[in-house]
Amino acid sequence: MSTTAKVPVPVDESAPTTVPLRTALKAPIMLGVVTLLVSLLIAFKARSGKTTFRLAADTDFFDLPEITVPSTATVATVIVLLAACTAVSALLVGRGRRTPVWLVALFAVVAMIGFLAWAAAGKSVPVIGLLGGSIALAVPLVFGALGGVLGERAGVVNIAIDGQLLFGAFAAAIFGTVVGSPWGGLVAAMLAGALVALVLGFFAITYFVNQIIVGVVLNVLVIGLTSFLFGQVLAEHPQQLNAPDHFERIPIPLLGQIPVIGPVLFRQTILVYLMYAAVVVVAWALYRTKWGLRVRAVGEHPKAADTVGIKVNRTRYTTLLIAGLIAGAGGATYTLVSVPQFGQEMTDGAGYIALAAVIFGRWDPVRATLAALLFGFATNLSGVLSVLGSPVPSQFMLMLPYVVTIIAVAGLVGASRPPAADGEPYRKG
Amino acid sequence: MSANDETQPTSVEEPAPDPKEPRRDPGRFNGVLREIVVGNALVSVLSVVLAVVVGSLMILLTDENVRDTVGYIGARPGDFLSAVWTSISDAYSALFRGAIYNTNVEGFEGRIKPLTETLKFSAPLILAGLGVGLAFRAGLFNIGGRGQMLLAGAAAGWVGIGMDLPLVLHLPLAVLAGALAGALWAGIAGFLKAQSGAHEVIVTIMLNYVGYYLVFYALSKQGLLQAPGSLNPKSKPMPESVILPKLLGDRFNLHLGFVIALVAVGVVWWLLNKSAMGFRFRAVGENPDAARASGIDVGRTYITVMLIAGGLVGLAGANQILGTATSGITVDLDAGIGFDAITVALLGRSRPLGILAAGLLFGGLKAGSFSMAAAEGIPVEIVLVIQSLIVLFIAAPPLVRAIFRLPKEATA
Repeated sequence: MSTTAKVPVPVDESAPTTVPLRTALKAPIMLGVVTLLVSLLIAFKARSGKTTFRLAADTDFFDLPEITVPSTATVATVIVLLAACTAVSALLVGRGRRTPVWLVALFAVVAMIGFLAWAAAGKSVPVIGLLGGSIALAVPLVFGALGGVLGERAGVVNIAIDGQLLFGAFAAAIFGTVVGSPWGGLVAAMLAGALVALVLGFFAITYFVNQIIVGVVLNVLVIGLTSFLFGQVLAEHPQQLNAPDHFERIPIPLLGQIPVIGPVLFRQTILVYLMYAAVVVVAWALYRTKWGLRVRAVGEHPKAADTVGIKVNRTRYTTLLIAGLIAGAGGATYTLVSVPQFGQEMTDGAGYIALAAVIFGRWDPVRATLAALLFGFATNLSGVLSVLGSPVPSQFMLMLPYVVTIIAVAGLVGASRPPAADGEPYRKG
Repeated sequence: MSANDETQPTSVEEPAPDPKEPRRDPGRFNGVLREIVVGNALVSVLSVVLAVVVGSLMILLTDENVRDTVGYIGARPGDFLSAVWTSISDAYSALFRGAIYNTNVEGFEGRIKPLTETLKFSAPLILAGLGVGLAFRAGLFNIGGRGQMLLAGAAAGWVGIGMDLPLVLHLPLAVLAGALAGALWAGIAGFLKAQSGAHEVIVTIMLNYVGYYLVFYALSKQGLLQAPGSLNPKSKPMPESVILPKLLGDRFNLHLGFVIALVAVGVVWWLLNKSAMGFRFRAVGENPDAARASGIDVGRTYITVMLIAGGLVGLAGANQILGTATSGITVDLDAGIGFDAITVALLGRSRPLGILAAGLLFGGLKAGSFSMAAAEGIPVEIVLVIQSLIVLFIAAPPLVRAIFRLPKEATA
């Protein structure tokens, strides 16, 4: 036993009265900056006209009316509200308390309404399409992020999320076609994700190869493998191998008829409902079960875990395989939902956004899910706004997830601390 | 810090000498021999062999003729074997014809042209590989090659199309602009690492995408980089005065970029092995805490090394836009080299000469893959598979040793 093992510094999150002023001040400062930015928006590029928010879908219990508001006046109101939120936050911090999460959430929603009112002046915003599309785009990100969170909580950095998504998509397309049912495709996708995870584990856990190297190389390997097989086999026999049946939308009775919420959340495919379940199950398993405690112990302090009899590397393997199953299911979204066909490099780096969501969500399943939803929203918003002819170039909207992640890891918004033994192979003895 | 430290072994895999063993100089030859038999060089070669074997299996499994003959392998095994032989030998002779020497055309110039293509493809791989490898030596992962190359290509191209100067001024200025842009883009990651400890892997990956969308934006905006009157996200072609001169006349595509790559290999070798700065890089890479205790400013070293690494990757970007793909800036100008560079650096074990060799090998694979695709219809992505397998095997020497039943690494 060596004495050089790293002892993680305990982070005290439960004591609101002892928040260092410098950390606590970050929230009101960030809110203030955003308020200022929104103000600058109308100061420099005021847009006249009215903005319409369309809220209704045709099968609701009752129809909500379209809401039409004057653009400039709405933005002005929004700025006042944002300033008020900032003031409340500053007051709370002044009394030595933290800024509550609901206040930040409220702030974000209000700011987004203001931004939409400004960006879509003279047009109408399809709110349901905007939100529902965001969920659909976020599905692979959420599955990928959940897989990423599990792996990293057990101490294995998973850069290969993108490879798992892509291989999952590939397997889903082939087996969905061969078996003749999207369920066959889904199972194959999950196994494909687990296979990539197994290779990652084999090199990273058994052979102590640097996890970042394995992850990056695995992504390249999967791109090469799937593109090679696509060009060599799939493209030659598209009907026999690359035309899977796809999952249909299943509206949930009653829930699906609630205005706004219904069409957004409960008229989706089975994969979206599985995603809801996966988030709940992963969060519960990680924090409320003996297994979850072991996973976290192995990721924070493997030596201590080993000392009390937890099999470190076996725990890492099983966690990584479960994470692979989950990430693989995310890959199925690409080939079993709207366009049931595999294409080369079709994930387009989504795994890296999922990785960003893991970090932005501070290695927590629920927060990572919210981050993935936010990133899905940013992607969909850029699409909707470019259709509406918005003044903001779509590239800047698409850049957003990556910029906020850099800001997050640079510690500008709260401290983000990875699991203490993240990325470190464990050698017994 | 004494001068003695310089002679310490730099590789962690190198075994420490046993103090009980009487100190004998085993002789230079013995050392080299052991290095070849059980050391890293052999593992590298065997890794390449293994990867090529797997690649061959993939070609066989997807070959129609082989699959047809396997159906009656019991009845006529000869057919199967000859189909296997034809498939493999056709593939590799196409690779050879595309990468080194083409026996199918008349005249020496035409026959040797593939070799010059290999050199052309290897130049950006070597440059970017040096950028990644240099950062590795200081303990940093530079996964941001793609973003650095894009920004560099955009900057070099911007100088190219935006100014009107004679070649002697214009070309060096454009190359310099590329190196600077790459340096600044990588420098962000170094700066954040030094300031807040932000992990450079995450930051460089994210900067890839930020850079991609920035360049994309500039390319789809009139007045920035987009060609006037065009709707495509592409710039005007480069003017004559910034195009890297061809080395062997107009019949060959090989351009000055390869010479730049060779010079860069020499400079980085000198930097790492002969300069005080390189010593600091290595010291920080070996053990940042010890380096800090010895008075090295670790944060500043991180920033410097990322600036230089980004500059090298930036040269690869400039090489693309000013030499290989001069028809205009696009968001694809990196052509995957940013990621290939990681495999080049790993195969070359982050040593400048190793990177040179690895860059030549991968350049040859790339050049040959096009002729394999054209002649045999084998998708070019087979190269990605072989490349990534090589790196996986190299990264796990015990695995390669186990497969080939080699003795374990010498322990005394």
